[in-house]
This record gives sequence, structure tokens and C-alpha cells, in this order.
Amino acid sequence: MTYSGLVSAAYFAVAVVFILGLKAMSSPVTARRGIVWAGFAMIAATVVTFFIPNLQNIGLMVLAIVLGAGVAWWSGKTVKMTDMPQMVAIYNGMGGGAAAAIAAVELVKGVPHGPVTSTLLILGAIIGSVAFSGSCVAYAKLQGLMKKSITLPQQNTINFFLTLLTFGIGLTIGYADSPGGFEIFLFFVLALALGAVLVMPIGGADMPVVISLLNAFTGLAVGFKGFVLDNPALIVAGIIVGAAGLLLTQLMAKAMNRPLKNIIFAPITGDAAEGGAEVEGTMRELSALDAAALMRYGQKVIIVPGYGMAVAGAQHKVWEMAQLLEEGGVEVSFAIHPVAGRMPGHMNVLLAEAGVPYDKIYDLEEINADFGQADVALVIGANDVVNPVARTDKSSPIYGMPILNADMAQNVIVVKRGRGAGYSGIENALFYKDNCRMLYGSAQEAVAEVIGHVKALEA
Amino acid sequence: MEGFTALYIFMLAAFTGYEVISRVPVILHTPLMSGSNFIHGVVLIGGMVALGKADPDEPLQLLIGFIAVFLGAANAAGGYVVTERMLGMFKTGDRKQGGAQ
Repeated sequence: MTYSGLVSAAYFAVAVVFILGLKAMSSPVTARRGIVWAGFAMIAATVVTFFIPNLQNIGLMVLAIVLGAGVAWWSGKTVKMTDMPQMVAIYNGMGGGAAAAIAAVELVKGVPHGPVTSTLLILGAIIGSVAFSGSCVAYAKLQGLMKKSITLPQQNTINFFLTLLTFGIGLTIGYADSPGGFEIFLFFVLALALGAVLVMPIGGADMPVVISLLNAFTGLAVGFKGFVLDNPALIVAGIIVGAAGLLLTQLMAKAMNRPLKNIIFAPITGDAAEGGAEVEGTMRELSALDAAALMRYGQKVIIVPGYGMAVAGAQHKVWEMAQLLEEGGVEVSFAIHPVAGRMPGHMNVLLAEAGVPYDKIYDLEEINADFGQADVALVIGANDVVNPVARTDKSSPIYGMPILNADMAQNVIVVKRGRGAGYSGIENALFYKDNCRMLYGSAQEAVAEVIGHVKALEA
Repeated sequence: MEGFTALYIFMLAAFTGYEVISRVPVILHTPLMSGSNFIHGVVLIGGMVALGKADPDEPLQLLIGFIAVFLGAANAAGGYVVTERMLGMFKTGDRKQGGAQ
């Protein structure tokens, strides 16, 4: 397959801009620029592809682009910020699906390839299919379509043999001169099943890491397709995303103190969550008025927001309250756990949406020492990330996970809808501590009530 | 492509990917994941080539090729829109957010 010089030169430029764009995206100051550059490069790549000689089915191609881009553009514009993780998951799945479909076209055409190319073709097909079905399952879980984690009996054995079988059939058809239609079909069914089976038992708390891993997978699959199609732009973009995605996955897994192999082979499920010592004591309630007084007459308040706050859409109210407190001379800061929200950085995005400037937002390492001097730690919709059993109880599934030391503050106020356990189903020892008080109610209403009382105190 | 040339490209691209994001602050993890998700949307052009070289008389090839282009275009467009929306929200404050891991 040969491209004209122009097309090749354009692809080269595109690959360079992608790298520069990705680089720019890793600093808050230049991030916006980075994505815009990459966007232009993507348009350029698409346009020059039409200039490849002897390309057929142009009408169909344009139709597919318009439909695919149109649907995704519309859904991307309308999706709520809280639902962003599953949206990333589904777009990623589509990329994996595209890579798998390219492999399917090559296999159906039955054009013979060399052994290396055939192997990469099959590898790309399997990885792409796994990324596709795995991302669909991840989407269904985060969107609440699939509530339970399904663990098959002998999960790891099934995973092992399914992987083996998929690779076996894959290599058979990969090396065959003209593989039969049924074998190809069976191969893709197995590869898709593998992705679903791998992700199904993984609980919601581990999902960010899984999405990131699947994102890296798609990158690899795309890179392998680049080798098959002899297209360097695909190779470079795909492999870079594969490597960057793996690094990002490691960073996330480290932040959660959940080694990657534990997430995949020993997921936190409802059963595992039953481990850990019983928590003793009672939860004590506090009124919105008391909460308002505690914070208004304190010196330093640290707010620990969690996904619960974002789901309730309370971030604007929380920021309004924070501004009100600051006007009264209280020092207010926001403490964000690396996995607050559903992905690292997700909570920062949600707070940014509410208008909180990012110099008020602190990482775990930056702020953990400050909790000791804080008069109030206000925990809104966060749970596992402030659970002190992660420090103390070796039998707990979250033992060893770095947490925000909210329990070290003079007073802890927890805004919580009800008495249930957190996202991972683990009891929170913080709620039973002597310096902790519960403010029951939806985040939105509870904070609104506190705002009312703070205003009354001013008057 | 020649085996070893391909291997070199693979290796260099892998190191580049690792290096480029190795000092990314935590606040950008989500947008960056989304941004890299957009970049592998370049699979679109692979889909276009696959469909473009498909036999116009073979409906199965056309169908799968169509799916490949459709999914690739959705990956690229969707990835761009959500990344741009997220990054558009970051306001610059006076303190530089550090905390790279």
C-alpha cells in the first residue's frame, strides 16, 4: 500500500502535532491549547486521507463520518459533567470497536499477510474487542444500568481458558490463507465475551482504573492496526496513547493503593467488603444551625467534597457557602482525594464548573498535615476516602489506601443522605468518632440551610 | 513495514508517550485520559483506509468497514468535545497547582 508523498508528509506532521498537543495537555496553563492543536491535526489527518489514491466507497465513508461524528458531538455537548467518566468510557469503547472492525475487514478480505503482521492483526483484534465490550460494561455500571458486580464461579479459571481459547482460534485464523466466515465470527464473539467477563466482577470504586487501562488497550490496538495498514501516524498515535495510558493507570492505581493485578484478579465485591472489624459506637446528629455556627466562628474550614456532592448538584451551593464564610474572615480550602469523584481529577473538574478557582483546591499530600489545625472538616458526599480504618484495620479491604485525615480536625461535620455504607459498601469508622457529627439530608438542601443560618448570624 | 523499523518506531513512541505525561498534576488526570482517548480516535483514518479498499461488491466488507469508520469518527468527535469542555472550565488562579506525583 503506498501513499502519495503529500499524504505521507501530512501524516508525519499530524503525528508531531499529536505529541506536542499531548505534552501541552499535561500542564493546566497550556492544556486548552493542546486539545485544540490535536483537534486541528485530527481534521487534517481525516481530510488528507481522502487523497489516498484508488480509494473507493467514498460516499459510504462520508456518510459514516457524518453520522458517527454527529451523534458523538451531540452527546458530548449535552452530557452532564458528573457523567463524564462513563462518556469517556463509551468513546474509548468505540475506538476499540473501530480497531476490531478494521481487523475484521482484513480477515474477511482474506488477504494473506506475513507472520508478524498476522500476529499483530490478531492481537489488535483481541485487544480492540476487549476494549469495546469492557468499556460497554464499564459504561453500564457507571450509568447505573448494571447495579451488581457479577462474579462467575471460578472466575479466574474461566478468564484464563477464555483467553487461551480466544488466542488459539485467533492465531489459527490469522495464519490461515482464507479463514472461514464461521471461525472469524466465533473469534470475535469470544474476544468480545472476554472483555465483558473481565470487567463484570469489578466494582464501581475500581472503575476509573479500569477505564484508564482500557483506554491504554485501545491505544495499543490502534497502534497494531497501524502496523497492519502500514500507516505510521496510526502507529505513533496509538502506541503513545498506549504507553501514556499505562502510566496514567499506574498513577491512579498507586493513588488508590490497589495494585493493578488485585483490581483485575481480586476485585472488591460485596463479599470482600464484609471483611474488617465491626465498628462500635453511635452516630451523633447535629442541626444545620450548629453546623453554621461552628464554621462561621471557626478560623479554618476544610471542605472534603465527594461524588455524592456532585450527584446532588450541590457544588454551586457549596461554593456559595465557602464565599460567604470567607467574607466573614474564615479561611476555607477544598481537599481533594486523588480518586474523589469517579476518576482522578474528576472532582477538580466538577468544582471548576462551579467556579471554584483552582488555587483553593489542594491535593492529599498538600493538605493532609493541615487538618490538625482546622476547626472544622466538612465532609460532603465523600465516604471511603476519609475512612480511618484504611490506616488502622488490617482486615479491611481498603487498608493501606491513602486517606484524607479529616478525623484529625477539631470538629468533623459529615453531610450525608442516610445511614448507609459508601460506594464500596465498607462501614466508615469516622462517623462513629467523638469529634464527628452527622448532618443528615441531601447535600443541596443541607448546605442551603447552612447558608441561611450563616446569613442570619451575620445580621 | 520492515520488522525492525517497526520495532524501533514502537519503542520510540512508547518512551515518548511515557515521558510526555510523566509529570502531569493530579488535577489533569481526567482531562488527560479523555485527551489521550481523543488521540487514539485517529483510528478513524485506519477505518477509512479499510473501507476505501473494501470490495464494493461485497456487502459484508462494506458493512464492517462502515462500522469501523462510524465508530472511529464517534471516538474522535466525542473525545474532542468532552475534553475541550473539561479543559475550558479551568480558570487560572494565582497559585500554581503543583502536586505532580
